[in-house]
Amino acid sequence: MTSHRYVPTGNYRRRKATSLIAQGVMVLAAGLSVGALFAVLGFVFVQGISGLDLNLLTQTPKPPGEAGGGMANAIVGTFIVVVLACVLSLPVGVGAGIYLAEYGRTGLLAQLIRFMSDVLTGVPSVVVGLFAYTVLVLPLGHFSALAGGFALGVIMLPTVTRATEEMLRQVPDSIREAALALGFEQWKVTLRVVLPTAFNGVLTGILLAVARAAGETAPLLFTAFGNPFWNLDPTQPMAALPLQIFVYAISPYDDWHRQAWAGAFLLVALVLAVSVVARILGRRTPARF
Amino acid sequence: MTFPRIAGRPVARSQLADAVFELLVAALGLGVLGLAVAIGLNLAGEAGPALGQFGPAFFARSIWDPVREEFGALPFIYGTLATSFLALLIGSPVALATAIFLAELAPGWLKGPISYLVELLAAIPSVVYGLWGLFVLAPVLRTTVQPALGNWLGFLPLFQGPFYGVGIFTGGVILAIMVIPSIAAVSRDVIRAVPNDQREAMLALGATRWETIRYAVLPAARSGIIGLGVLGLGRALGETMAVTMVIGNRPEIPASLFAPGYTMAAVIANEFAEATSDLHLSALFGVGFGLFLLTLLVNILARLLVWRVAWGPVGGE
Repeated sequence: MTSHRYVPTGNYRRRKATSLIAQGVMVLAAGLSVGALFAVLGFVFVQGISGLDLNLLTQTPKPPGEAGGGMANAIVGTFIVVVLACVLSLPVGVGAGIYLAEYGRTGLLAQLIRFMSDVLTGVPSVVVGLFAYTVLVLPLGHFSALAGGFALGVIMLPTVTRATEEMLRQVPDSIREAALALGFEQWKVTLRVVLPTAFNGVLTGILLAVARAAGETAPLLFTAFGNPFWNLDPTQPMAALPLQIFVYAISPYDDWHRQAWAGAFLLVALVLAVSVVARILGRRTPARF
Repeated sequence: MTFPRIAGRPVARSQLADAVFELLVAALGLGVLGLAVAIGLNLAGEAGPALGQFGPAFFARSIWDPVREEFGALPFIYGTLATSFLALLIGSPVALATAIFLAELAPGWLKGPISYLVELLAAIPSVVYGLWGLFVLAPVLRTTVQPALGNWLGFLPLFQGPFYGVGIFTGGVILAIMVIPSIAAVSRDVIRAVPNDQREAMLALGATRWETIRYAVLPAARSGIIGLGVLGLGRALGETMAVTMVIGNRPEIPASLFAPGYTMAAVIANEFAEATSDLHLSALFGVGFGLFLLTLLVNILARLLVWRVAWGPVGGE
């Protein structure tokens, strides 16, 4: 009978019991995490579906106190702002990712860009909103969908950059060398051979960034600002689904609360759908980030 | 990476194209770098007037009165720190235990679905958490958890006073739920990365499953997990909408956790679009700048800890 340093005393039974209790605690914790998900999603689904009606999808908001009205303009607004964000952030993010993966694998500059890009991921979204305000709202003199798109673009940028880099790195060097040996210039190798090979993975990263950006509220509060009327002009204030949910949730009207839940249901469905598509695409590539 | 190139006219032209392309993507990379710098500079610039008027004391004054144009950020700093630490206190043990379950205990058929569900928690937008917190969580906490805590721990000032529902405590709980997935998902990967030899050696010594986890697995994964905890803290500090909706919006430093408070992110979200005076706007930029510096510091710390893990296997001491 020897005793190990970590287990100085104790009979086997007591140790076995401790182990079982500890395992029970961990099962409980996992249950708690999953339970929280069901608690949140459950309420959103039940309250959301019961609050959903056709008006929500086809009408614009009505003044407080009047029943009815909807979020049609906010739904379209969210799509426009997210598309603007993609137009602004994808070229920069994918380009920076190409630089990190193909040209600056070990350089000091690349390390610095990588580090700052990781740090950018941690900048609070409301602070990004302030930044977008100084860049596009102050000079223009008014709120606009463009400023909202810019803010969401800044939020997407680090995710897109790092996802592109990770996915390009998964492409084996032998493929690059084969293309170079055939006489391709290096930029053509990157754009015609390496990028298409990693396409699914890059798209997964982009979709996850889109899913995150589409649900953001704080950076839109003082950029896109919201708008009770139809507006398709990106230089003017525009409604967005998360903004509308926030305004309705903190209002004192029961009918607006109902619409907030219904809007939350739509937003969660949208975000989860994009995430699930991203994951299915991502499963085809061996990598994850 | 660079490849040897052959001299010659057609090749020279293609070398030019290569150089242009490399320059272009390097410029885009620099853009990412420049963006991080520009955020800091722009916020500091706009915060200038308020910081100039109140000096560094701006971050130590506890008065916030837009009407009399007196501004100090201390109540918000307190609210941000209190809710974030509360979130870590509640969330990180649950997240860590969930990660251990997923990495070490769960049967194979259960691992995938539960990991997936936990990651879904992270995808839910913050405003939806806020909505749920306001209408579901806050009333439940007010009628059950808060009175219970008041009974057991009521001798501490932290747990005294009326139960409002909305307040610092509720803010901490909703944040805890929000940081769980981000800590759990990556902790699981860190734990999984511990070499199997360590587990087998421990089991061969006759250790139970829990002893194996406690003495062979967790010490090896420790610095990575601490890094993730700090990363979770960074996320909690900057989280805006969910907290804004349940914090109660009162710019004071309450003695009780049950009382309404305010956070840095929440005051910006609530007051910025409606601020009329230049000094009020500038003060809000000052709060934003402080929040930026705080999260920057926390994130750099976390990255250094997490990167240490990425550099190589860290053995248990």
